[in-house]
Amino acid sequence: MRHDIVIVGGGAAGLRAAIAVVNADPTVSVALVSKVYPMRSHTVSAEGGAAAVARSDDSLEMHGFDTVKGSDFLGDQDVITYFVEQAPKELTRLEHWGCPWSRNEDGTVATRAFGGMTTKRTWYAADKVGFHMLHTLFQHSLRFDRIVRYDELFVTRLLVDGGQVRGVLALDVRSGEVRAFLGRAVVLCTGGAGKIFPFTTNGNIKTGDGMALAYRAGVALKDMEFVQYHPTGLPGTGILITEAARGEGGTVKNADGERFLVTRDYGVGTKAELGPRDMISRAIIQEIEAGRGVKGPYGEHVHLDLTHLGEAHIDAKLPMVRELSTIYAGVDPVHRPIPIRPVVHYMMGGVDVDIDGAAELPGLFAAGEAACVSLNGANRLGSNSLTECLVFGARTGEAALRFARGSSEGSEAALVRQAEEEDARLAALRGRRGSEKLSQVRTEMQRAMERGCGVYREAGTMQETVREIARLKQRQDQVAVADASRVFNTELVAALELENMLDVAESVAVSAAHRNESRGAHTRRDAPRRDDQNFLYHTLCHRGADGPRLGRKAVALGRWIPEERKY
Amino acid sequence: MSEVRKRRFVVTRFDPDRDAEPRSQSYEVPCQPDWKVLDALNYIKDELDPTLSHRWSCRMAVCGSCGMNVDGKPTLTCKQAVDGYGDQIEVEPLSNFPVIRDLVVELEGFLEKLQHVKPWIVRAKEAAVEEGPLRQSPEELERFKQFSYCINCMLCYAACPVVANEPEFLGPAAIALGHRYNLDSRDEGAHERSEIFRGEGTVFSCSYANECSEVCPKHVDPAAAINQAKFEAVIDWATHLVLPRGGR
Repeated sequence: MRHDIVIVGGGAAGLRAAIAVVNADPTVSVALVSKVYPMRSHTVSAEGGAAAVARSDDSLEMHGFDTVKGSDFLGDQDVITYFVEQAPKELTRLEHWGCPWSRNEDGTVATRAFGGMTTKRTWYAADKVGFHMLHTLFQHSLRFDRIVRYDELFVTRLLVDGGQVRGVLALDVRSGEVRAFLGRAVVLCTGGAGKIFPFTTNGNIKTGDGMALAYRAGVALKDMEFVQYHPTGLPGTGILITEAARGEGGTVKNADGERFLVTRDYGVGTKAELGPRDMISRAIIQEIEAGRGVKGPYGEHVHLDLTHLGEAHIDAKLPMVRELSTIYAGVDPVHRPIPIRPVVHYMMGGVDVDIDGAAELPGLFAAGEAACVSLNGANRLGSNSLTECLVFGARTGEAALRFARGSSEGSEAALVRQAEEEDARLAALRGRRGSEKLSQVRTEMQRAMERGCGVYREAGTMQETVREIARLKQRQDQVAVADASRVFNTELVAALELENMLDVAESVAVSAAHRNESRGAHTRRDAPRRDDQNFLYHTLCHRGADGPRLGRKAVALGRWIPEERKY
Repeated sequence: MSEVRKRRFVVTRFDPDRDAEPRSQSYEVPCQPDWKVLDALNYIKDELDPTLSHRWSCRMAVCGSCGMNVDGKPTLTCKQAVDGYGDQIEVEPLSNFPVIRDLVVELEGFLEKLQHVKPWIVRAKEAAVEEGPLRQSPEELERFKQFSYCINCMLCYAACPVVANEPEFLGPAAIALGHRYNLDSRDEGAHERSEIFRGEGTVFSCSYANECSEVCPKHVDPAAAINQAKFEAVIDWATHLVLPRGGR
């Protein structure tokens, strides 16, 4: 198939990029290639809201500084400045496209408080914001016949020729065929990689596919050591209980019923429950380690108490929290506190791109969680990521279009050869005999990541995880794929996803082990302070011939000078 | 927590590469007491038989991927607890859809139907971003909010007796979503959609079995949407008959 632009992934970033492209040029066509139907994309699970300045007591300056400070000064300030300027426009656009934002009595869009934000600037549609944003974008995209969807096509390789990306190869999950999508620019919008960990809010599809595609093509992954633990996941399943629960007044308590974020010094100051995620996750772990956790069937947890909010308020503002807690924890938050513990939620790192979403490999772009445009630095503020998908989805789509206009197609012979290679590789995987069990290798990877790259880290366990991931990469070659069918072979997909996850896990572990300081979500017991002298830079992780190779990239500083991060 | 309980899952298998007909296969699954049906299927996939194919992702009842018939009833498997079923549980693909493989059904028909109802804001002139967000009162939002909760899980199509006989019927989810835009104060497309709804195989095919609303895991109540859309379509027809230049 031939299109001007190939977008991989149909979540918020991919859909926004696709719409931006067709709006910018009435003649181009876009291939939207996604391994699931777009409305299944993990954007759907986001709950609490999307940030953009909306109130008279707020300013772009304040949103900018909150984001810089939240990032522990590792966010690029030019990117952040652009982001806060565009954020209100993008959320307004989504309003015009039908997003059912919750409203004030006067009909204006309502905003709520969120962690690390100095005022109410998080737009919301009850607590189903990701769901409504995704469906609004998807349904709006249906009006453009020049956005051509290829659903349930799993991209397994970038087509590269003459030092430039020329398209992608994808497994048609339904037929088992390898199909080539040629385009003059490729945009990766494949989301994060929470599934490299055992305990995550992320859905099954979040396997770091785009990150791995770029990494294998020699493109750097940036700041991969920064993995966000969300403070409030349900024990056992890891299902997300949104930060909006605290934004609406929910409190966090230990086994003694003590609001430890208020009574003890965890660095969050008067923000208390509305401190940033990295700090609150650390506080919860410390409470549990100090013996003040609540014992439960899935280890120890603490409590998120909404009982004082009342049924009417909970039903109006947090209906999904009530539903999730009732169905998946057996607790109705109207009457009892919700058991919660920190859970892997979001990758601050991703494909290294500039402010246009362009990667170092010409023709390759990325946006959303798959990318690292350096908006979030070492710690993302809640509700910045949905807006990021819109702001940088749009800008990246337009940049990809500009690139495509000045670009040519690759050598057909070279591309055909790559397609044949990929077809042979996948054919050999189907029905492959092997001594290793897929689910076993995956589980061992997830456990190794939790041991080495948890909320708290130290040199020894990180190094052990680096070695363990290397061993698992060897074992991966022996993984059996019993299913030999060409039709909807989900075991083949899982084997390819495992390969992607191991590549991403490698880059996370290696990047983490090298950063000998504590910054944002990367917290070392053996190096508890931030060290701007030696580590105020972005980590780049390339895949070299003999394993990962680290490099560095300067942080774009500006008017906000790094200072101690205390709230 | 109570004990692990062994249950027999009888699962429909079908691989068009190998099977002429669907067959069923049984698995003994040691179920944890807090498991959902999906957890048992994932256990089968990971531990017993990696060749079983089913769709799933969010496991929190919002992505809409994992709808199947469980003991004959259309069910969102990540939401439904195994507790409450007997020692033997039958899992089949959603009815009223062509089966691609095992528990995976064909959704292309639905996507065409969805596009057909114009599930987007129609306005003579699109608002400019510089104008800021349009005003919408909480009451105006309330009018359509419930119909916007559809996760496209397809349970309503599997339950619908009209879809069973008339596969081209637009169906509950698509009509509810089209109607959702008709009710949105920002939208001006109600006349266009009412014309669509007056066409063959749309709202007037509905027999009010109400099965769609009963199985909906998100309480969208598509039956109510169809009922309202039918009424609106008639009013729209009458209005445009009397006032051909547009009576709105």
